[in-house]
Amino acid sequence: MKLSIYRYDPDKDAAPYMQDFDVPLEPSDRKLLDVLVRLKAQDDSFSFRRSCREGVCGSDAMNINGKNGLACLTDMNEVSEPVVLRPLPGLPVIRDLIVDMTQFFKQYNSVMPYVINNDPLPEKERIQSPKEREELDGLYECILCASCSTACPSFWWNPDKFVGPAGLLQAYRFIADTRDQATNERLDNLEDPYRLFRCHSIMNCVDVCPKGLNPTAAIGKIKEMMVRRAV
Amino acid sequence: MNQKIIVGAHYGFRDWLGQRVTAVLMAFYTVLLLAVLLVQKPAHYLGWYGVFSSWWMKVATLTFLLCLFYHAWVGMRDIWMDYVKPTGVRLCLQVGTLVWLVACGMWALKIFL
Repeated sequence: MKLSIYRYDPDKDAAPYMQDFDVPLEPSDRKLLDVLVRLKAQDDSFSFRRSCREGVCGSDAMNINGKNGLACLTDMNEVSEPVVLRPLPGLPVIRDLIVDMTQFFKQYNSVMPYVINNDPLPEKERIQSPKEREELDGLYECILCASCSTACPSFWWNPDKFVGPAGLLQAYRFIADTRDQATNERLDNLEDPYRLFRCHSIMNCVDVCPKGLNPTAAIGKIKEMMVRRAV
Repeated sequence: MNQKIIVGAHYGFRDWLGQRVTAVLMAFYTVLLLAVLLVQKPAHYLGWYGVFSSWWMKVATLTFLLCLFYHAWVGMRDIWMDYVKPTGVRLCLQVGTLVWLVACGMWALKIFL
């Protein structure tokens, strides 16, 4: 399989460059990650993140033929050659396909991604009805791979101020949670021209999400709740 | 100057909602105008003058223009906020946009009143 990969080692390279590789395939190869692991065995200077290799950890998010996605979920039969691999766009590159996700996680932390409930702790657990629990479907599955936020031009231009689709999806996950008591505080936290309203609904996030989630819909629901609160 | 990132202006929602409401109102006006033009079929200056001479058409058109200017204000401000980083330059562009749109509004009033 022919690959063209973004290479950059700040200790050695003056500027990033694309390097071509030809990796022979094995019958057991199913996903793009299998090829990358084989390439790493050939050339151990090649760097990328990976962990669970089954679309749960979100470590191996990268730009594959111009579209963000997970190498471990990318079927080898569905990618056209040469496979062009670049780091996630918009984030500082640490080395090769490894990016610095500090800014991404700062935004994630800023939405208070945990249930806030000041009632006394129950003996066992805080109960939800099946219907209330259903509200969280399509939200809790996010693996924070950053494919969506780094495909969003608003996040490219204002990563320090715009929460981004991943953070906003998680913000709505806790706004929608019936066990959470900080809904007003959360809506106040997002009522800002930058934090929420940089989203112009172009839906790049929906297009790239490897888990098939819909951050644009979640953002729409946050706005809908603001309307319900205001009128 | 302190370089700390500051967010939390606590506005944006009203403008976002206003932009959607004005969009719907402008769509209604567009349909109304097309209907009036189809009925009256103005072919020359006096015909066009006649289209906008009734009081209700003046009110509708002025409302449309106010919607347009407000809609354009939010849209232009979004563009400046998206792409222009230096606060001073952004403020100047926003003030310039506002002055231009208010002037257009005054001009429209002068034409219709």
